[in-house]
Formats: sequence, structure tokens, C-alpha cells
Amino acid sequence: MNDQELLMRGQRRLFLTRAAGGLGTIALSQLLSHDGLTADVKRRTEPFAPREPHFSPRAKNVIFIFMAGAPSQLDLFDPKPAMEKLHGEAVPASFLEGLSDGLIRGSATVFASPRKFQKFGDCGMEFSDYLPNLSRCADDICMVRSLSTDVANHHPAQLIMNCGSTMWGHPSLGSWVTYGLGSESQNMPGFVVMLSNSGHGVDGGASLWGSGFLPSIYRGVTFRSRGDAILHLTNPPGVRRSTQRLRLDVLRDLNQLRFQRTGDREIASRIANYEMGFRMQDAAPEILDFSRETTTTRTLYGLDHERTRWFGSNCLSARRLIERGVRFVQLYHTTWDDHSNLNTGLKTNCEMTDLPAAGLIQDLKQRGLLEDTLIIWGGEFGRTPMNEVRRGNSRGREGRDHHPFAFTTLLCGGGIKRGQVVGATDEIGYHVIRDPIHVHDLQATILHCLGFDHQRLTYRHQGRDFRLTDVGGEVVTQLLA
Amino acid sequence: MWYYRGNVVAVLGALWTVAAVAGETQHWALRRVIRPELPAVRNRAAIRSPIDRFVVGRLEAEGIGPSSSADRTTLLRRISLDLIGLPPSAREVDTFLRDESPDAYDRQVDRLLSNPHYGEHWARGWLDLCHYADSDGYLTDQSRPVAWRFRQWLVTAFNSDKPYDAFTIEQLAGDLLPKATVEQRIATGFLRQTLSNREGGADLEEFRVAQIVDRTELLGTIWLGLTVGCARCHDHKYDPLSQRDFFSLFAFFDQADEINIDAPLPGELGKFLEAQPQYDRQRRALIGPVESRLTEFQHRWEAKLLYAAQHPGEDHVWDRHWEVLGLVWGGNLGEGQLEGCEIVKRDHTQRSPNQHDRILDYFLRHGTLVDPPAESESLNLKQLSEKLEKLSGEVPWPTRAMAIRAALNPRQTRIHERGDWRAPGDAVAPNVPRYLTDRSRPAPRDRLALARWLVSGEHPLTSRVAVNRIWQTFFGRGLVLTSDDFGTRGNRPSHPLLLDWLAHEWVRCQWSTKALHRRLVGSATYRQASEARRDLAALDPDNVLLARQANLRLTAEQIRDATLAASGLLSSRIGGPAVRPPQPPSVSEESYGNEWKPSTGEDRYRRALYTWIQRTSPFAQGVTFDAPSPGKSCVRRERSNTPLQALTLLNDPVFFEAARSLAGRLLRAPLTSDDARIELAFRWCLARSPEDSERTRLEAYLRDQTAVFETDPGAMRQMQPLAVDGRNPKRAAVWVGLASVLLNLHEFITRD
Repeated sequence: MNDQELLMRGQRRLFLTRAAGGLGTIALSQLLSHDGLTADVKRRTEPFAPREPHFSPRAKNVIFIFMAGAPSQLDLFDPKPAMEKLHGEAVPASFLEGLSDGLIRGSATVFASPRKFQKFGDCGMEFSDYLPNLSRCADDICMVRSLSTDVANHHPAQLIMNCGSTMWGHPSLGSWVTYGLGSESQNMPGFVVMLSNSGHGVDGGASLWGSGFLPSIYRGVTFRSRGDAILHLTNPPGVRRSTQRLRLDVLRDLNQLRFQRTGDREIASRIANYEMGFRMQDAAPEILDFSRETTTTRTLYGLDHERTRWFGSNCLSARRLIERGVRFVQLYHTTWDDHSNLNTGLKTNCEMTDLPAAGLIQDLKQRGLLEDTLIIWGGEFGRTPMNEVRRGNSRGREGRDHHPFAFTTLLCGGGIKRGQVVGATDEIGYHVIRDPIHVHDLQATILHCLGFDHQRLTYRHQGRDFRLTDVGGEVVTQLLA
Repeated sequence: MWYYRGNVVAVLGALWTVAAVAGETQHWALRRVIRPELPAVRNRAAIRSPIDRFVVGRLEAEGIGPSSSADRTTLLRRISLDLIGLPPSAREVDTFLRDESPDAYDRQVDRLLSNPHYGEHWARGWLDLCHYADSDGYLTDQSRPVAWRFRQWLVTAFNSDKPYDAFTIEQLAGDLLPKATVEQRIATGFLRQTLSNREGGADLEEFRVAQIVDRTELLGTIWLGLTVGCARCHDHKYDPLSQRDFFSLFAFFDQADEINIDAPLPGELGKFLEAQPQYDRQRRALIGPVESRLTEFQHRWEAKLLYAAQHPGEDHVWDRHWEVLGLVWGGNLGEGQLEGCEIVKRDHTQRSPNQHDRILDYFLRHGTLVDPPAESESLNLKQLSEKLEKLSGEVPWPTRAMAIRAALNPRQTRIHERGDWRAPGDAVAPNVPRYLTDRSRPAPRDRLALARWLVSGEHPLTSRVAVNRIWQTFFGRGLVLTSDDFGTRGNRPSHPLLLDWLAHEWVRCQWSTKALHRRLVGSATYRQASEARRDLAALDPDNVLLARQANLRLTAEQIRDATLAASGLLSSRIGGPAVRPPQPPSVSEESYGNEWKPSTGEDRYRRALYTWIQRTSPFAQGVTFDAPSPGKSCVRRERSNTPLQALTLLNDPVFFEAARSLAGRLLRAPLTSDDARIELAFRWCLARSPEDSERTRLEAYLRDQTAVFETDPGAMRQMQPLAVDGRNPKRAAVWVGLASVLLNLHEFITRD
């Protein structure tokens, strides 16, 4: 006997017992919508049911720390001692051959990093003095110095890094993963987004975690640090838990009476979603309730310091979300767009994020979660080896412009070969000279870690099968453990 | 001779064969629309309109019977929501139920078609297609305070039943019409819904190209139903559209510039004309004394800018000045951002007085910083600029509107190799794809001819594509399911002859949209009950064959509007600038630099159509209920069903305020029993009366809720029931709860 028949016979109790179990158990195909747009009935009717990827995955969860605005790789990860000699001089013409990029003007002069670099860990990975904590995790990190992207403007470049295309309207990585894997959480959304900043919100805004042409259920849900964690999580004034329960009970019964009359399959799903919303009202604040975390953990994430609290809370919440079955957590921190005042701007963002990011790696490691969780740390492009020519080139207030040809991203955890540096750039960090990796290659590799062939994780839209990596992307086996 | 004639016959025969084969293999959507014969049906009783003959004929072939008509209350709620986007009032329901004349339904349809809210509802659908917003998009996402003029044009166009051919021509090329009116030029605001990138460092040409690509794709999606964008980088993989075809279409729009125009609102023009002579005089008087030196100074500035534009990379300071001209021009006013650059490119003897004044004003504000300051100081230009600004501030300028004009400086369009605008290939002229043209006629060469070509009445795609979209609105899915793709990869129509009959009929009725809507809602197919049928569950689970109507979740806008309407809060004011209803401040904080200052008074309760759309942080309630992303054309909205929707309807202060207002209305009604009040609440929210089972369940809820407040008077007080009804606070609080329940019902947010 299926659920529809149960309903038709008015055996309410049995149906409700199943309904209370959440989407995963209630939503049998007979009950829910058949939109007819995809062949995959199960995916349509149980959008969050856990699903197996194409092959055995190396990672189950992702925490993508997106450093929007583009952190300077030359002042954090990719030391270029040769630049000292060229400091203040024009970029040698040999580097500029064949370039027609609008932003990277030939008239700028080389700007050697004022930062001090040192080797860390057994692997001898280099970090600058602005990252005293992440550098301690060197042996757990895979540093990729040879990434490149297609555009030098923030929003389009953020789109391609987050959604695989510079155009609006494509699903984000998190949406693809949730579409592919479903969710193990019965009381939280499958893809959660958290934001922090040192002044401005993220350039691309909500377009970066949209579901594009995928069903909107796969859109990233913003967990907010001000007001309700999820929009409208708090009951209206005077509506306590008891009243909320009464409202839900009568809604369920009236909706069900309607179902008996009309047979509208969306109604069962509506009932289940009201119940899930009700559970989220308890579950979401619990994620943000750190009272049971130990002092050691609080210290690890920098929760007791003003500077690190915001980003640290997001990192700790990310761990707690992963522990509760959420597959994809994306943290955005803005903005690393240091056109001028590189020294102070970069310092501020490093101080806000360095300790908590390192804390997250350590914490996941000691809890045995790092094996299953892939952490990505990086921005949409890099910054120029030259001094910024548009704004701040007065002494001591230098900045760097946008640089799409070579930048650095850190990978860590599930499926990634740790303690290695992949790729290299030329002596001033202008171009990649070894192991070039395009954004789409990185995305193909991330999907690979999660058990997906990036060419087969597709969705039919406007007559064609779209995928995250557009028409490109190759798995970079060198990155894999 | 014989030999010769024989050959002709042979050749003609061969040609005929080729033509016949070509005819057979031609993709269905590209064949000429021929009015089909109406199919014969056995069940004559099920027929109200020619539409039904196609649907019932097909059902009979499958051995399925149609559903009977929905009850009258459901029907009235259905046509109200479908035609004007709002539920019927209780009085409207009563009137209809009392009207026993045979044409009662038709008269309701006519009433709704002439209701001014009709235009609001249908404008919203068109705004989805052209991805309308009140801001630029991209990082700085600056305001477009007059974007609403185009929205208003749409509302008026739908209300006045502007035929689809004129509707098309004015939006694509209203500016090129002979003696174009201001309204016709406002219509080209359609083409201004593309995004503008004003981020420092954005390459002006790169993002201009992105706009032209967007316009080309809009043409493809909306009129041709083709995914032309696929041919930007390479020949289309599935449809016979080459990269050259794409750039030939692109070329139509490449020959146009963004420009804002004076578009006075009623009452503005007289005042402006009155003030203008004095303004002109005073302006001339201020500039006069320094004019010759100033002009010479300005021309030097322009020459350097132009040189930099033509020789990028030589002098980064001047590169930057050129770039800034294109980035800041008319920012936060939604003006065409490249207008300043285009004026500078134009010889000053050929500029209009307006162009002359505007570039001078820009120069005085920005240009004087960059040349020897001594000269600027000796002329006192800073002071002059301030005086001019002050003077201009006193003029009652007419309200402006976003529009398009033929390019000030013609461009040579070239194919972009691999879709890369930095790799120009062959030159192309404006043209339409060969496979879509009748070669015996001259091909269109400008936007106006392009628009006319689309609506000549013989184009196989224009009417099919539009009719299908309209069908989709009334039935939940198109006859062609992929309403955005009529190419070879799209779905084939479920009822090809019906689609052609409608496409033909629409053109025959002079493209009257209201006539088409009247036809559709008048059919028995449309008027069927929507209840699920056991016999169809296995045979036709997706209701492709239309043996019943569909249950459709309301759109984000309809949910907001219906909630405000049922609670008596909805403002019925039509038109005007966008408003910002309240939402949590954390929504706009997600993006780079947006602020959401909630509107006050009546503006908090306007129809959702008027809600300000900020591209990088769209209105949260809209996003939750699948309002489309304002960055991309949306032909088919989703109807998702999520926990966030539950939280919004249960807890969003806007929706709870509506519940309080509804409770207040119910308690103020001159009724004596809870039973009568439940009856009234149902009629206000769902148009119908409650069943006994529903009544009983709600009475139980009233008792349970009363008990909760009796044990928890603190909670009761927090609900501030006195503001709802001063006479009996406990009763008021309980009824707020009941009202919120009704506004959360699945039925309330569904069109059955």
C-alpha cells in the first residue's frame, strides 16, 4: 500500500508517522510532483534523498572558504626573491607578449613583496609572515600555485570560480554537489552559505550560490550572523512553541482534508516541508549554540577575540553543520581587493581569518573528520606582480591590481595529497610555468574527490546537457592522495 | 528540342523531389503555420470552443474522457488569479454565483480583462522574459531610478491590448519608427534590461559586447524560441545556426546605443518649458565670458581622451580617464554609461546642443582635474561648475526614461573568433539566419526591419513561441514543454495542430492578446476541474493530454498580493516608481554595498510588481518563492516547495502583520458567532465556504489556542491583541492565530 492509498483511506496516523520522518521517508513518487522535465523520477520527487555518486568518493563533505576579492598570492604563498632586483622597474617586455588584458597595463612597475617568507613543516612549504597559523598546517595542505582563470573582473571571475561560467544563471558548485549527492540532514538545508567581511559584502552577492537552471531546492541557504540564522526562523511575537505546534497541527489536518478532496500531490510535500521548517527552528539555533564547546575549541577558532570571532564562528558552525549531515558549506569572506594599502588591508583580513581557518583544519583532523571533508581556500584570481597603477602608488600605500594568469589556492583533507606544492610561476609570478591548472580543472578535481565524473554530472537545459565545467576541465591527478 | 524539353522536365522533377524531401525533413517549428482543420469528435457535449476539439479529439484517441467543469467558485478564483493575478473578493463571488444568465462566465472574463490590474499581472510575466531590475548588476550594482518607466509602459500596453506586432516593434525598434513618440521610445527600455558593469577596471568594450550578446539572446529566446547564444563561440551544435548567423543578428543591436531620454510625466512638460528659456539665458550668461578659452581647453582634453582610447597602453593616466568617463557617466541614474564616450568620439560640430551641454558639464566636473590646474584656476572653472550645478538644480527637469537609439558613431561588426571579443574575425552586416528567411523577400537590415520581419505574420516561430508561452501560463505547462527551445533539441508539441491553430488564429485576430486570453479561458479545456483522477495517475501522470486542469502554486508575487488582499492591506494604486517593503536588513547586507530602507505608509503594501529589484540582493520573499534571478531571461518559472517557504509564511513579520489585519477585519464584521466568522474567513481567503470537517477542525483549534493563552497570558500579551481588537484581547489573539492558519493553507497559495 503506498502513501497515496493510505491517505485516500484516511488512515491518518500511519501517514503522519511517515510524514514526521521528513522528506526522505515521506516523499514517495506517487505523492509528489511529476514535472516531466527530467527523466530522473526519484531525484524529482525526493530532491534531498541521499544518493550515491558515480564511484567511491574520497570525500563526503566540502567546506569551501571563498576569499572574495582575490588575496595576493605574492604576499602570502608564492615568494619571488628575484623581484627584489626588478623592484620599481617596468615589467620586462617578454612577460607581456601576446597579452591584451584590459586591466593589466604595461606601464606599471614591478612591486616586490614587502613580506617575509619562511619554510614550514616537514614538506618545507613556504608561507608569508601574515599567516602564522595556516603555515603550521603546512603538512596537511596541498598548495596549488598554478591556477588561472578567464577574466579579471570580480563578479564574472567569482561566477566562474563558484558556478563554472562567467555568465549569470549557472548553478553553483554547492548546488551541483547537493543535486548529485542529496543530503543526509533531515532538519537542515543541504547547502549552507555563511558570510563575513572586513567592510563590504560579497561582490557577486546571491548570484554566487544560486541554483541556476537546477531546481531551486538546491540553492545555497544563507546562514546569517545577524538576526535569524535562517530567514524567519524566529516565531512572531507571542507565538511560542506551543502555539507554533498548534498552528502546524491544524494546518496539517486542513491540508490533508484538501488532499483527500483534490489529490494534489504537492500537498504531501507541503506538509512535510512545514514539519521540516519546524525542526529547523530547533536545529539551526543549535548549530550556532557553542555553549557545549570546550574552552580549547573556542580558543582554536578564536571565538574569544573580537578580531577572529566572526570568521571563527562561521568556521566552527561549518564543522557543526558537517557533523549534522550537511554536505556542502561555503564561507565567503570579503574583501581581499587590495588595490592600495596592501600592507594594512591584507593584514586585516589575515588577522580575521588565519587563526580560525587553521583551527578548523586542526579540529577536523583531531575529530577524524578531515579524511571525509575537503577544504578549499582561495579567491577568484590573483594579484599583479606590479604596483597598482590606478590608485595607490604612493610609497607605503602600494596595492596590486587583478591578475587572472596565475594565482594560488589551498586544498586540504578528503582525497587530497597533503604536504605538497603543485605548479610554479615564473620569476616574478606573472605566468604559470609548470603544471597549469584552470578553474575548470580544479572543479573537475573537486567533483572527482566527491566521487563524480565531472563530465557525467549533467543537467538537461535548453536542449543541451550542461555541467559545472562547461566544455573543459580535467582531473588533476597530481593533487590526489 | 525534345531533348531540351526532356531535360527541363527531368530537372524540374529532380527539383521537386529535393523540395519535397526538404519539406519533409524540415524541423516542425520552421514549417509555415497552416490553419488546420478542426478534428471531428464524438463527445459534442464536451466542446465549447475549437480548442476543445483538438484536446478532446486527442483524448478520445487514447480512450480518456475530459474532466467536467470546475465548480463556479473555483472557476472565478481561477480566472481572477490567471487574468489579474489577484483572488476575487467575496462580493465578486456572490455576484457571479447569483448571475444565472448563460453568459455569466463570459461577462466575468470581460470584467477581468478590462480591470486595470490585468496589465500589472501580465507585465510581470514579460519582465521575467527581459530580466527587468531596478539596478545595474555586477559589483557596484548602482540604482536605475527610472527603470520603472518601461514597466509602466508594459502595464499600459497590456491594459490597452496593444497588438503583439506593435508590441514587438516598439520594444525592439520604437525609436526608429517614423515620428516616434516618447512612449514608443520608452518601449525600447526593453533592450535596456541588460546589466551594466561600472566596476573600476571593467573593460568598457568587453561589457558593451556582453550587453549586445544579451540582447541577441533575448531576441532568440523570446521571439524565435531558439538558443541562439549557443552559436556565439562556434556553429550551433544541434540547430542549423552558424556563428556567422549569430553575429549577423548581433550586428542589429551593435548598431544601437544606450541613451536616456526626457519623458515627461503628466504635468511636467509645461513647467519645464516655462522654466527653460530663463535657464538657457542664465547658463549662457555664466559661460559666455570664458567660453572661447574654455572650449579650447575642453577640446584639448577631448583630443587626449580620444588618443588614449585609440592607443591603449601608451599612457595609463589617460587610459584611466577614458575608462572613468565610461564608468561614471550617469551612474546611479541608470543613464547609458557609454553616452559620454560616444559624444567625445563625435566631432563637436555635429553634436546636438544637449550633447554639447552634457559633455561640457562632465568636463567641468571631472576633466579640469587632469590638465594644468593653473589654467582651470585662471578661468575659475570650479566655481563655474558649481554655479551651473546650482542653476540646473532649480530647473524642474522632466522625468527621464531608459531607451535605445541608433548608434551615434556607426560600428563595423565582426565575428568574434571562439566568441572572444578580443579576436575580431570577418566583418558581418546585420542579417537574419538564412534558414529562417524567405529568400524571395529582401532581408532586414536594421532593427525596425528586423522587428517587422518577426511579426510579418508569416514567420513560423514568432506566433508559435508566444502562443505557447501564454498557454503555459494558463495550463502550467506549454504545448511545447521546452517553451524556451523550439530548436531540434527541444520537445515536440503535445498537440501540434492545436498549437498551429492558435498561432494562426492569433494573427487572424490582429495579434490581440486579450482576444487570445478570452479564447483560452473560454474553452472547456481550461474550465475543467483540476482534481486528480485515479484513471490518469498511470496513463498520464504529467497531464500532457489535458484531461484535467492543473493545480499551480501561486507565484511569489501572487502570494504576497493575495495575502495583502485577503487581509485588507493591499494598496490598489497602479504605477509609479519602485517601493521597498520591509525585509530583514541581513538580506541586502549579503552583497557589496546595498542598503534597503523600507518604504513607509501605503508603499509598504503595494503589489509585488512594484517591489524594488536589486540584482545582487533580490527581495528575499521573492527568492524564496522562485521569483527568477534578474540576471537572466526566465521563460518558465519553477514552483518549488520548500521548508523556507513554510518559515516565511508562518513567521515573516509582513505575513504575520497580514494575519493580524485579517483577524481585525473578521472581528470587526457584524457577526455574532465563531461559526459565521470562520465562514467569512474562508470566503475572504479561499472564495469558498468551509466544509463541516474544516469548520469542526478550526473550532477545535480556537479552543486549543484559547487554552494556550489562558495558561500563558504573557504570550497572549506579546501578541499585542489590543491593537487588533480592543474589546476582547484573548479572543483577538486567538483569531490572529486562526487568520495566520488560513493564510498558510496550501489551498491559499494554489490556483486550482
